[in-house]
Amino acid sequence: MAHIPLAATRSVTGIPAGRLAMWWVLASEIVIFGGLLASYVMLRLQHPEWGDEAAHTSTVAGAFNTFVLLTSSLFAVLGHRAAEHGDGPRAARFLWMTVGGGAVFMLVKAFEYTSEITHGYTLFRSVFWGFYFTTTGLHGLHVVAGMVAMGLVAVGARRGQRLHRVELVGIYWHFVDVVWIFLFPLLYLAK
Amino acid sequence: MTDTGHSAMAGPEAVARPHPNYVMVWVILLGLLVVSILGPMMGIFWVTLITAFVVAVIKALMVAAYFMHLNIERTYVKYLLFTILLLMLVLFAGVAPDVMKRAGKNWEHVSPTSGAVERPRH
Repeated sequence: MAHIPLAATRSVTGIPAGRLAMWWVLASEIVIFGGLLASYVMLRLQHPEWGDEAAHTSTVAGAFNTFVLLTSSLFAVLGHRAAEHGDGPRAARFLWMTVGGGAVFMLVKAFEYTSEITHGYTLFRSVFWGFYFTTTGLHGLHVVAGMVAMGLVAVGARRGQRLHRVELVGIYWHFVDVVWIFLFPLLYLAK
Repeated sequence: MTDTGHSAMAGPEAVARPHPNYVMVWVILLGLLVVSILGPMMGIFWVTLITAFVVAVIKALMVAAYFMHLNIERTYVKYLLFTILLLMLVLFAGVAPDVMKRAGKNWEHVSPTSGAVERPRH
């Protein structure tokens, strides 16, 4: 006999359990990315010469990827709106468009990595490149994880099932977008 | 300009909330992206600082407020995120003096790359 778990219906905070859990996940993510970025900023301020290394990152590719992520975030939130209106198939379409944005982002990143590595800018070349590959690599993993989760949610949404998950996966995706908004100036613009 | 959802989402998650004009928010974000790219091209430190980093903060706040709906989210979530960000500030403030300031007499710095040892001048 199917039943709704107690944890899914009880909420002292007044926030639905799924959304509350997502915010706690993001709080832990802030510590992960925040720690990395804080460490980078600390060292970057001590080493202005890192600007010469940052000059080898592609501003065009970084800017294009920022555009792609901002646009995919728009699709994600439009999917959320469609889900709130009970239009599961439309929400699913927007989610798949968001997944497409993530794929384009990763494709551009793959080209960037290939170009940088073939020019000798590898993980262990210097502390700057260590930070570059660690932060963008970890961010890329989050993009891939978001794409997989979004695909799974889209399959259900298309059938009109569990539409509240559209919002949850969207919140996660926007967070990934916010992280990139900070990575872009730190790694691509400050030269 | 807003519209309101009809709480079509199943179960306890169903809460009708207003939706802003998301396309307009996206257009503004793209405008800010252009500013953040053009600013650093001038090569002036303060212009770079404002256009790249202050604009990044504004963009992040806009995404958080309008796409993540933090502007209408419960206060609990705002306190949660504020507390975590405060912890990050504590981390930075606790470690930064050791990394960025080399005052006093009882320290030495070993370069991670060359192994050279640096000590205070007495």
